[in-house]
Amino acid sequence: MEIDPFIFRLSIFILSIFIGYFVVWSVTPSLHTPLMSVTNAISSVIIVGAIIASFSSLEGSGISFSNILGFVAVTLAAINIFGGFLVTQRMLQMYKKKEKKKNK
Amino acid sequence: MSANLSSILFLITGVLFILALRGLSSPETSRMGNFFGITGMVLAIVVSILSVDIFFNNLIYFIVALSIGGIIGGIIAFKIPMTAMPQLVAGFHSLVGLAAVLVAVSAYYSPDSFGLGTFQDIKTASIIEMGLGVSIGAITFTGSIIAFMKLQGLMSGSPIAFPGQHYLNALLGILIVSLIGYLIVNQSTQIFWMLIIASLLIGFLIIIPIGGADMPVVISMLNSYSGWAAAGIGFTLENTALIITGALVGSSGAILSYIMCKGMNRSFLNVILGGFGTDSSSSSKNEKTEKKPVKNGNAEDAAFLMKNASSVIIVPGYGMAVAQAQHALREMVDKLKKNDVKVSYAIHPVAGRMPGHMNVLLAEANVPYDEVFELDDINNDFANTDVAYVIGANDVTNPVAKTDPKSPIFGMPILDVEKCKSVLFVKRSMSPGYAGVDNELFYRDNTLMLFADAKKMTENIVKYLD
Repeated sequence: MEIDPFIFRLSIFILSIFIGYFVVWSVTPSLHTPLMSVTNAISSVIIVGAIIASFSSLEGSGISFSNILGFVAVTLAAINIFGGFLVTQRMLQMYKKKEKKKNK
Repeated sequence: MSANLSSILFLITGVLFILALRGLSSPETSRMGNFFGITGMVLAIVVSILSVDIFFNNLIYFIVALSIGGIIGGIIAFKIPMTAMPQLVAGFHSLVGLAAVLVAVSAYYSPDSFGLGTFQDIKTASIIEMGLGVSIGAITFTGSIIAFMKLQGLMSGSPIAFPGQHYLNALLGILIVSLIGYLIVNQSTQIFWMLIIASLLIGFLIIIPIGGADMPVVISMLNSYSGWAAAGIGFTLENTALIITGALVGSSGAILSYIMCKGMNRSFLNVILGGFGTDSSSSSKNEKTEKKPVKNGNAEDAAFLMKNASSVIIVPGYGMAVAQAQHALREMVDKLKKNDVKVSYAIHPVAGRMPGHMNVLLAEANVPYDEVFELDDINNDFANTDVAYVIGANDVTNPVAKTDPKSPIFGMPILDVEKCKSVLFVKRSMSPGYAGVDNELFYRDNTLMLFADAKKMTENIVKYLD
């Protein structure tokens, strides 16, 4: 009997949960806020779905309801992607080690 | 682009995202991690565009949509003050939730473009996945909106409870599960939209009874939900990148919720059922408060105490964030260091309104991260410390958590500031903290209360340190 491709996706899903579990436990608590903003940014990879929706019309059929939903979803995901990664970057820039010699 | 090639590239996206999270294990590697994350995202977007049939009109609209979103996101990222991080993250979560709903609705109306079958004749597995995705997405959306409003102060941060609340939620929960089940036999638009509306409603209802200081758990939980919603859509679209990312984000949020609950010694269920701290502020307690004397100090006393100490531990809490006192605090610490006082910072896991909130604020004020310690790493040092400067924190220092089994915060891990030779509390008033519990530390002989706005008091102390 052939294995349903769903089973493969389920396997990827379950194994990824475990990877997430171990990777996230190794995140230092002081970086928990950047962790939240970066997970936020990467979950916007849902934009791949929004892209399919944006281009889901048949040749010559004009802009459909699904397309409009797609464009809105692209906008929302883009806010998240740019906002999420940039704000994470901004936060991470601020984490500095103790300077060897204080100039003050 | 062939389906196999795009699948492999999506897998690489997933791997890059794993590396992005891995980078956060230390501040040095974190910036590289963020770069991996950005690369993964660019790859995912490029691959998806190359995998669809491009129509010119749609492409124009797509580029406009992407640019508008990008510009808004960019402006927000640069303008947002660090104290507003919790509401920003909550707001971003709501966008992920809404995007998931929109993608699912779009897939429901044009399943052929997504390769899922035809309208109202979608493959059984796909309609279940779609139902789950749209439902979790909708819950994430409204739940995050409420969390955002509470954090932004657009809505009272206190719990909103009404009789029969839990029954109503349970009923809606059952309704949602049955509607998803019913979609298998009947894919009518009515059922699909009913599912969305019920999910939107329950997202709203589960967050309103949760109070302000429980927000770290709520934000983490919504973070987790946004991941599961993405994974649900990932299954529908049979997209590896989305499935991996959804699983990563889902487990990340779940772990953060767990850490936050543990930081309060409360079960997840207890937090979610809400209403914490509403019934403990009985009048008898308030009377007792007024009778006991407290030692009231001013900035000069505090400056004198700290200048002559050999070691000081700073304990920041949400009050520091509200008063935006982190820069003044750093200035004070610089002055103290010049007087050869050893200064470190102690952070309780649930200090502030989101995981790691205090750390970001201190980092913003240029406090080196190796002077900032987590509870377990610093708690033994309090006994050898001269002064604890508690700024805007209360419940997390309350020794009653160790001594009184009847207290609502009993068993919560606390910072042992009581063991310091003297304790300075910067607070606006005698009012109890979020848990509604009186802090007996206020009445001790070695405690000095500094009643003022955290920022003003700290600035005044700085003046007296000269």
